[in-house]
Amino acid sequence: MTAAADLLYDETDEELRGNLRGMLSERSPWSKVLARVESPETCDSKLWAVLAGEMGLAGLAVPEELGGAGATWRQVAVVLEELGRAVAPVPYLGSAVIATRALLHCGERDLFAELASGRQCAALAVPFSAMAGTVTPSVSADGDALTGTVTSVADALIADVLLVPTADALYAVSAADATRTSVVSLDMTRQLCDVAFDGARARRIASGPAAVSAVTAALTTGAALLASEQVGVAQWCLDTTVEYLKTRYQFGRQVGSFQALKHRLADLWTRITQARAVARYAAARAADAADAAVPGASVDAERSVDAQREEAIAAALAQAYCSDAAVLAAEECVQLHGGIGFTWEHPAHLYLKRAKSSAIALGTPDRQRAALARMVDVPAA
Amino acid sequence: MTVAEPITAAVLQKLVAEFLAAHDPRAAADGGARLDFLRARFDAGLAWIHYPPGLGGLGAPRALQPVVDAEFAAAGAPDNRPGWNAIGLGMAAPTILRHGTDEQKHRFLRPLWTGEEIWCQLFSEPGAGSDLAGLGTRAVRDGDDWIINGQKVWTSLAHIARWAILVTRHDPNLPKHEGMTYFILDMHAPGVEVRPLRQITGESEFNEVFLTDVRLPDSLRLGAVGEGWTVARSTLMNERVSIGGGAIPREGGAIGVLANLWRDRPDVRTPGRHDDVMRAWVDAEAARLTATRFRQQLAAGEVGPDGSAVKLTFATLMQRIAGLELEMRGEESLRHEDWDLGRGRDVPFLNRIAGYRYLRSKGNSIEGGTSEILRNIISERVLGLPSEPRSDKDIPWKDLPR
Repeated sequence: MTAAADLLYDETDEELRGNLRGMLSERSPWSKVLARVESPETCDSKLWAVLAGEMGLAGLAVPEELGGAGATWRQVAVVLEELGRAVAPVPYLGSAVIATRALLHCGERDLFAELASGRQCAALAVPFSAMAGTVTPSVSADGDALTGTVTSVADALIADVLLVPTADALYAVSAADATRTSVVSLDMTRQLCDVAFDGARARRIASGPAAVSAVTAALTTGAALLASEQVGVAQWCLDTTVEYLKTRYQFGRQVGSFQALKHRLADLWTRITQARAVARYAAARAADAADAAVPGASVDAERSVDAQREEAIAAALAQAYCSDAAVLAAEECVQLHGGIGFTWEHPAHLYLKRAKSSAIALGTPDRQRAALARMVDVPAA
Repeated sequence: MTVAEPITAAVLQKLVAEFLAAHDPRAAADGGARLDFLRARFDAGLAWIHYPPGLGGLGAPRALQPVVDAEFAAAGAPDNRPGWNAIGLGMAAPTILRHGTDEQKHRFLRPLWTGEEIWCQLFSEPGAGSDLAGLGTRAVRDGDDWIINGQKVWTSLAHIARWAILVTRHDPNLPKHEGMTYFILDMHAPGVEVRPLRQITGESEFNEVFLTDVRLPDSLRLGAVGEGWTVARSTLMNERVSIGGGAIPREGGAIGVLANLWRDRPDVRTPGRHDDVMRAWVDAEAARLTATRFRQQLAAGEVGPDGSAVKLTFATLMQRIAGLELEMRGEESLRHEDWDLGRGRDVPFLNRIAGYRYLRSKGNSIEGGTSEILRNIISERVLGLPSEPRSDKDIPWKDLPR
């Protein structure tokens, strides 16, 4: 059995959070995010350059000897909380988490050094709704030429490299060799695209079971870490709603003094407090699983299997819990703001769209519960 | 003890070892030897180490208490049976320590800690539950004494308690929060009558306590006349800290009973129930991790508000899980075991039948602060939302509508 997980933040985490929040509020306030989602380039490549290049956050969880910062997924989770809080339109989840985890699993040193440094950006070419263990590849290989289409891929519009699963392998393809068609997305702060390959030149980076497990590891860690982004979204919604209810007067008193509303916010706070514990647990287990499977290191097979199993449970739990928590927070935010919360000019809708899309991403809560049931031996009726 | 060095775990282990060398823990299994051992432990400052020297402690960090307890347990030493004196240890003692006179501290804390004297809490009244400050039990000054009249309710342990902490109204002409005075009550005094209160499970864990012309010396007053509300609040603060419990493993609580029922009994499984069970599983695991995180915060010296979230969700979860189990068991659940449970049974909660757990858990969202009051506290103290406009704060207690 794996050791107890530390669910707290340490000083480094808080320092990271402080720096990031300051940078984001300066460079990516919600008014800019709102303007950007209506512009032709929805992804903020300048902000991405700061995050990945200047701040070195793209390679946060990559070991130092492999070109990264040698921190852990626990700190990546802190970054995601802040990016969620700002609904920042950058491909951090897709490139620095999901694609990076896939490449770490394959031992693709050259490529993830590129990602870690922020020189390149990658995306795993699966629908954003795909859940670990349920991916059905829609692209086929003929030699090293790929053909097929993948719909609704996240963080791929800005990617330099696409990681493409086929029935029996995982390939790296230069994004320039694919046709990417942007999609009007429910969450325009994370715009999706359809990706078509027509005999695209590809390089095989994993084959057979190793390819399958690389995709599974990537989507599992993605799910575990997305929970922290959802906590960030939820916390913003709560904080903003509480502040609004302190300043809004109706019936001659602060709206926030009505017990009917206070109790809803107390329940929401309780839910978010729990979501945070669950998300911290998932991040800790993702870190354990990555540690137990560092490429090239002497891997204790039993420890690695245990760690992966526990990460999978923690990730499914986190998505089952934090998805609903973030959606509830965003829905309460819209409702408790009243009329202003229903307008385009108020940022609440950005958070609602992010929350609902994220709940569907990487497996909906009910699918996560079904997967969890199998893992913890609560068989279907 | 006079040490200049800081008290560390190693220092404490050495002190316990020295104590155990002088006091054979094995010989102290029962009877008088057991009490002598506990008294000596108190006098050595190894009882509650964060208390001051001379009052059972060393003025040491509270976080190191588990080190001391573990050493005593490992040596097979008798403990003070903390489960029997939860109110004394968790509520009366910190209140006496903070607000008591030196004489009161020296008289009460030692037999309290050793368990020689059990304590109960006379706070709630039929007319003052969530609004504790509305209580009406009267204390009237009579020379050096006070005469107490009133009725208290939901008093656990009153039938075995030697002493009680008591909040009264000494002046009905003052606004509610100002007219209160706090006492220690002798439960053996004439005029104290304890009656069992039967609850929805059929058993009587609690009591009603009737106080009729009970005479109380002024030396048993805790805090100044009129300071009752301040003192009561510090007692209740301790109540919130003491709820939470120890670390439990995954499926270690009621959810484990439910999950095992599902595993062992294919006949209870339906497709609809499957997702209900998994939703409960997810919420129970989230609650468990929240409690774990809260304990980690306490251990790191961060006293945050997360404990309120723990209590709030624990209550609803227990109710939901037991209710679900009751339905899953179908016909079996229509048949109950016993409604004549007297003072209750000494059976671990999770070993009780689902029907009992369903009913008993209804108390979880009422006792120790209702969930509604807890939501007020979270919204005001954690989120900083304003309180509802109130009309009861500034008028004399006697003029309040009731």
